[in-house]
Amino acid sequence: MSLVERSARFGTARASRKGTPGAAVLGRFEARIAGWFLPALLLVVWEVLSRVGYLAPNVLPAPSAVASAGWQVLKSGELIHHMAVSTARALAGLAVGGSIGFVLGIANGLSDLTRRYSDTTLQMIRNIPHLALIPLVILWFGIEEEAKLFLVALGVFFPIYINTLHGVRSVDPQLIEMGRAYGMTRWTLFRDVVLPGALPSIFVGLRFALGIMWLTLIVAETIAAESGLAHMAMQAREFLLVDIVVLAIVIYALLGKLADVVTTVLERASLKWHPSFQKTEG
Amino acid sequence: MNAPLRPLNVPQRAAEPPVAGGIAASFNAVRRDFGAKRVLDGIDLQIEAGQFIAIVGKSGCGKSTLLRLLAGLDQPSGGSITSDGKPLEGLTRIMFQEPRLLPWQRVLANVEVGLPPEVRGEQRHERALAALAQVGLADRAGEWPSVLSGGQKQRVALARALISGPQILALDEPLGALDALTRIEMQRLVERIWREQGFTTVLVTHDVSEAVALADRIILIDDGRIALDLDVPLPRPRRRGNADSARLEGLILERLLGS
Repeated sequence: MSLVERSARFGTARASRKGTPGAAVLGRFEARIAGWFLPALLLVVWEVLSRVGYLAPNVLPAPSAVASAGWQVLKSGELIHHMAVSTARALAGLAVGGSIGFVLGIANGLSDLTRRYSDTTLQMIRNIPHLALIPLVILWFGIEEEAKLFLVALGVFFPIYINTLHGVRSVDPQLIEMGRAYGMTRWTLFRDVVLPGALPSIFVGLRFALGIMWLTLIVAETIAAESGLAHMAMQAREFLLVDIVVLAIVIYALLGKLADVVTTVLERASLKWHPSFQKTEG
Repeated sequence: MNAPLRPLNVPQRAAEPPVAGGIAASFNAVRRDFGAKRVLDGIDLQIEAGQFIAIVGKSGCGKSTLLRLLAGLDQPSGGSITSDGKPLEGLTRIMFQEPRLLPWQRVLANVEVGLPPEVRGEQRHERALAALAQVGLADRAGEWPSVLSGGQKQRVALARALISGPQILALDEPLGALDALTRIEMQRLVERIWREQGFTTVLVTHDVSEAVALADRIILIDDGRIALDLDVPLPRPRRRGNADSARLEGLILERLLGS
């Protein structure tokens, strides 16, 4: 905690040293776009190399070619359709696997009894790479929706479970004792002490889960699907449409960034009390 | 729990300061064992209603255990703790060595933690604001605990302990971690509120001068037993460093270090 606090204070000191308000605004703008500098530079270099003929278009088409291919599939509605299908699958899997992981994590964090009986089993299953189940899943479900849902749910379950469990078990015991001494009921103790105390760790789990969610879905759609982003890429491969394949890969990167932004927004909203999320006023 | 934060210049009339008055407490042959180790060995102690009693002793002498038994955080292995023959339940509030504020709730909501669930709605905010005003922090009601100083956090913890109008206030070295000046300020604050409300106060401390400055009576615990039971007949408000308190301090320190 103290380290976090110190780094937060460090940040303010640096920001205030800039002096004039104009410079401060400029500084904030710079901080916001700094992360996009490298991707933009990469795009420029890539475009130049394609234009001078160093990169053959059938190996790696220029960014402009990818963009125009993207515009074509966007106009035809094909891209929107595949993205919608993929997003629905991803979120459904996250909802199912995430809520099971959350509930089990809370239960095993609070009760030694359920933990004794279930933790060993869960730890064993955890060490099986869930993508290794693809052949089995195809045998069970074919290439229907259930297959993707099952794999994504299984993939996101573990990071959420483990981090929820860890969060609940590492809530400051002194605060729990205080709650008991002040007559909190079990429910109040959970709502006001345990859950908020576990929340930072649960968010770490969510971040991992979002990464695994896309990874699992893309692999599953590449192997066995009739729609979705990765299916679109596989179809494009059959027709040697390299630009569409590259487009799909770029979209994966953007979706990853999007998931990260959403988690950060959620974190900021629910961890306002945390010193490392407090904006300094004035 | 995210109480809408109200303007802070609200008149503090409606929140009635809970009138306590304090009750007596008695330890009857209380024992506490942790495994084979006997931490408290037959403690007999009568605490009068409204008395300010300080318990001093070396580290590990059992003084904190005594307080935890009084607060109901722990159960005696033998003997009983009663008030006029009845068990002590829910009449004691404890203040810990650390503030133990919930970092995810604002100051006002932290004070409301001390209220029984029967108190609802606006009443909760009003009483919490009144309790904060009592410790001089009404203007910090909307802050997060992380921005308060150590002394301010302990004052919030004191407001939380007092808001329900406890009959007995148990203080487990709550001033131990504060700097010397803040400490004296806090001692005065505790004394003032105690004199206004008259609850029975049991203060565990390793600071003999603090005990002499505040208590009506000082109990010295050594090796799980009461080694000294001393009245402090000094008039209040007490001035620090006068000859009488120095003599008392000397007496207790000698006993503490000598044995």
